[in-house]
Amino acid sequence: MEEELLEEILASYRGDRGELVPILQEVQDNLGYLPEKSMVDIAKFIGVPESHVYSVASFYAQFRLLPLGRKRIAVCRGTACHIRGAPQILNRIEKTIGLKEGETSDDLEYTLETVACFGCCALAPCIRVNMDVVGEMTSEKVDELFPPVIEGVKNDQ
Amino acid sequence: MVTLTIDGKKVTVRKLSTVLDAARKLDIPIPTLCHHSELSPYGGCRLCIVEIKGMARPITACTTPVSDGMEVITTSPYIEKLRKTTLELLLSDHPNDCMVCERAGDCTLQELAYFYGIRENRFEGERRFYTRKDNNPFIEREMEKCILCGQCVRICDEIQGVGAIDFAHRGFKTRICPPYEKDLNCEFCGQCVAVCPTGALTGKMWAHKGRQKDIKEIETVCPYCGCGCSLTLHVRRNEVIRVSSREDTINEGWLCAKGRFGYGFINHPDRLTKPLIRIVPKNSQKSSARGGRSQKTLNSQLSTLNSQLFREVSWDEALVYVAKRLREIKDRYGPDSIGGLSSAKCTNEENYLFQKFMRAVIGTNNVDHCVRYCHSSTLAGLATVFGSGAMTNSIPEIGNHDVIFVIGSNTTETHPIIGLRIKKAVRGGAELIVADPRRIDLVRFAGIWLQHRPGTDVALLKSMMHVIVKEDLTDKKFIEEWTEGFESFKEGLNEYTPDMGEKITGVPKEYIIRAAILYGNAVRPGIYYTMGITQHTHGTENVFAIAKLALMTGNIGRESTGVNPLRGQNNVQGASDMGCFPDFYPGYQKVNIPNIKQKFEKAWGVRLSDKIGLTAPEMAEAALKGNLKAMYIMGENPVLSDPDINRTIEALKRLDFLAVQDIFMTETAELADVVLPAACFAEKDGTFTNTERRVQRVRKAVEPPGEAKEDSWIIIELANRLGYKMKHAFIEEVFQEAGKVWPAIEGITYGRIAKMGLQWPCPTLDHPGTPYLFKGGFPRGKAVFSTTRYRPSEELPDNEYPFLLSTGRQLFQYHTGSMTRKIDAINKISPEAYIEIHPDDAKQFGINDGKIIKVSSRRGSINIKALISDRPAKGMVFIPFHFKEAAANVLTGTALDPIAKIPELKVCAVKIEVVVLTVS
Ligand code: SF4
Ligand code: SF4
Ligand code: SF4
Ligand code: FES
Ligand code: FES
Repeated sequence: MEEELLEEILASYRGDRGELVPILQEVQDNLGYLPEKSMVDIAKFIGVPESHVYSVASFYAQFRLLPLGRKRIAVCRGTACHIRGAPQILNRIEKTIGLKEGETSDDLEYTLETVACFGCCALAPCIRVNMDVVGEMTSEKVDELFPPVIEGVKNDQ
Repeated sequence: MVTLTIDGKKVTVRKLSTVLDAARKLDIPIPTLCHHSELSPYGGCRLCIVEIKGMARPITACTTPVSDGMEVITTSPYIEKLRKTTLELLLSDHPNDCMVCERAGDCTLQELAYFYGIRENRFEGERRFYTRKDNNPFIEREMEKCILCGQCVRICDEIQGVGAIDFAHRGFKTRICPPYEKDLNCEFCGQCVAVCPTGALTGKMWAHKGRQKDIKEIETVCPYCGCGCSLTLHVRRNEVIRVSSREDTINEGWLCAKGRFGYGFINHPDRLTKPLIRIVPKNSQKSSARGGRSQKTLNSQLSTLNSQLFREVSWDEALVYVAKRLREIKDRYGPDSIGGLSSAKCTNEENYLFQKFMRAVIGTNNVDHCVRYCHSSTLAGLATVFGSGAMTNSIPEIGNHDVIFVIGSNTTETHPIIGLRIKKAVRGGAELIVADPRRIDLVRFAGIWLQHRPGTDVALLKSMMHVIVKEDLTDKKFIEEWTEGFESFKEGLNEYTPDMGEKITGVPKEYIIRAAILYGNAVRPGIYYTMGITQHTHGTENVFAIAKLALMTGNIGRESTGVNPLRGQNNVQGASDMGCFPDFYPGYQKVNIPNIKQKFEKAWGVRLSDKIGLTAPEMAEAALKGNLKAMYIMGENPVLSDPDINRTIEALKRLDFLAVQDIFMTETAELADVVLPAACFAEKDGTFTNTERRVQRVRKAVEPPGEAKEDSWIIIELANRLGYKMKHAFIEEVFQEAGKVWPAIEGITYGRIAKMGLQWPCPTLDHPGTPYLFKGGFPRGKAVFSTTRYRPSEELPDNEYPFLLSTGRQLFQYHTGSMTRKIDAINKISPEAYIEIHPDDAKQFGINDGKIIKVSSRRGSINIKALISDRPAKGMVFIPFHFKEAAANVLTGTALDPIAKIPELKVCAVKIEVVVLTVS
């Protein structure tokens, strides 16, 4: 399926070097990240070495080289949250789900990220799980939300 | 031109030069870390900052173009302070590892820290740690030591044309890495290692072998291909521990993986160290050339086998024995019952002595060498048409072609450094036409790719010529002045319309027309070809066709314009020049022309035979028939390199006596009665002649192992024992003697070529050498257009054997592998034989990548791993011939080109079956 989608996307481009960033964007929009296979094909399509595609893809923060977990956890590290214990919350989450900031679990269950203030300072400290903001976080709440995962090696981004 | 002042000195440089170029011209030092004169400017390290009058801030000299009247200051307390700060910042996250770093003493960063007296660092900061280890076999990548100068990235992209690495991530995390941060997987040319200014990139095999202390550096020439790159051997305690190359050389300092990392065979434990005499009769012995054993088990089997088959003897005993056997056979069956194979791996001097030995001492013209299998059709073809059969241009001239036509040459793999020159020319605007049945790497750089069916070269070239005549692109004045027979030749072209061309070759006619017009209109075009043209039963006709294409357009005899056969082995040109041919004395002088014969009789003081001798394949034939009784083989491995292995082994076994002189126990040596241990290129003095006719100096760097001796010593000793006095106080005397009988090299002395080789013809001591041939005419007068017709190859696919097999070389291995397969790193990257097969064919036969399949021809079969690849066309398969476990030459045929006697190694018919392997 991925392959067909990629073919479809590429069909709307001419195969110019300059199209690299827009192509990467479109592929990510559709697939959620940039699979290695797609970068190989894109390199061939626009006629540049794979190393160049990887260079660009890894340069911009917007591009993801690994798929995201089904539960995308974002911990706020804005000032309000920080003062009210965000570091401890982050720490707690890291421990329970066994991931560090920026990582995704091997079983693709979780991705852990941090963000600057997402505008719910009144509820600080807060986190977001996919689209839902959970405010006034405590250690107990962390345990409730995230039953521990089975030990495994984690992806390093 | 622009004039400016630097540090008070005036200098005039070309427009578009940079301030750095101008300063270098004045020999004013400016420190740099990211600049390389062959690469695009980068301006990343900021060490080269200078002050320019009228500019508020210092700017980087490497990126600033000069302008008239500019006043530049390259050093001041202020500038030096900035430079020092920059360096301190660069060093702030650098592991101060110099004590154990492979680069210490050869590291620009270390050197700058030394000059600026940086001991402690004010900015000691967060360090980068990369735990990831790169498992490639050649290049150590310690990225903590990387200063992100980007030279490796640019060299790989701009010079090598590979683009294997690039910057990734950003900010503090920025690093240089292969895509997806996997292991490096590239051509391993090591160009990046050569330019890296720090210890970030080093050779894995350099580790703990020695750095700068107690190192001797010896300038010599690469022992692998015909490019003839200059090598600097770094020697410590009689061991070659590193190879580099200077920038002021023919190869501009660039090397390929073989030249840079393929030196391990020199000090290899498997080298022959003692003369050996056979104790077991050879017919009771099974050869190791067949069967699917791995190299490792093979080696250990070999050494036990050796002690069972041979006993070690003294040199005296070995030489007496060889001399006695040769004399007996000569007395009993006559001199023509003995044949000799000389070696394109040996020096000119040794080849000269070898053919002299066969002719003057034995008394036969039965002497040949591997050129038979690669370029005898070039000689037969080009020598017939032009009167000489070498590359007509020189390597540096490649840069000035406007059109480059490469046919039947996988240049980037077989002649990597010439490949670099071609890529560079293309970057500089030259048009590249590639004609090859396989999608070789060069196709990426080509404007036109003609994917013709193997063996249809004549038809392709003829229909191009048809178009050239039709479009009136011939050079009438040139044809008139320098050639004859064009009119009738032209008639013969009528039938080769592009339609017909398309039908025979499979190349769309529009492509044929475009290529013809491009070549026909070019001002300085060059044609390059190798075995794809020559190794056919119609190899000579292929060469004729190429020669005529050049002649009819007048594209020969000018700078950067000509016909260039690329010679395979490091000294195949030299072995040919030195007369290791059954029909030529040194310098392509015919053995059957009386006054030439007399000249040599006088020079050598003996009567010589005027009977043309046997070619290598004819020797095998004669041995099978029982007419050839003895052979003396120096540094060749015909068992693997010649077509139809089983037959070659049979032939060698039939001989009454076989003496083999080599550096390793080769498959051929195993069949010998006497094995003589020889010195390799790094253990002797002499000269090699590269593919562009450049005679270059080979220098002794280490002592040979054990009792191994220089080939020249062995030949001279044998001659003396057979009653012919050969005496040479030093090896240059042999070269001088060759110069006396062949004036084209008379002007070359070791002194003159100490730094840079000279290209023959170079007849006098003040002659500068000849970069391109045929300026103002051909040696034999007018060049002749004879008519040849397209003939299909001898054996084409049919129902029973539906695939067309082509054989050839690949980048990492070399020839029969006697040298490269001794090197662990090369074996790791290229461990085993494979057969390239098109994805569609693979699908049809249900073959997966990596599956073992059985390939058979009418002569034999081998089991080999499948490599699914879009390089060959459908219906075609390709096997590299370096691997004895799956020797391609079990399959190939022995059909010969009637003129040059070159076998058809490029086309034969095979079938393919999937095998079910039983686990043993
Ligand atoms: S070894 Fe050659 S091909 Fe490989 S990364 Fe270095 S420059 Fe590029
Ligand atoms: S690896 Fe060496 S050449 Fe490449 S960027 Fe780093 S320091 Fe420069
Ligand atoms: S290109 Fe040829 S001569 Fe040069 S280093 Fe490689 S093998 Fe040696
Ligand atoms: S600081 Fe955390 S939501 Fe604003
Ligand atoms: S050499 Fe000029 S910026 Fe590095």
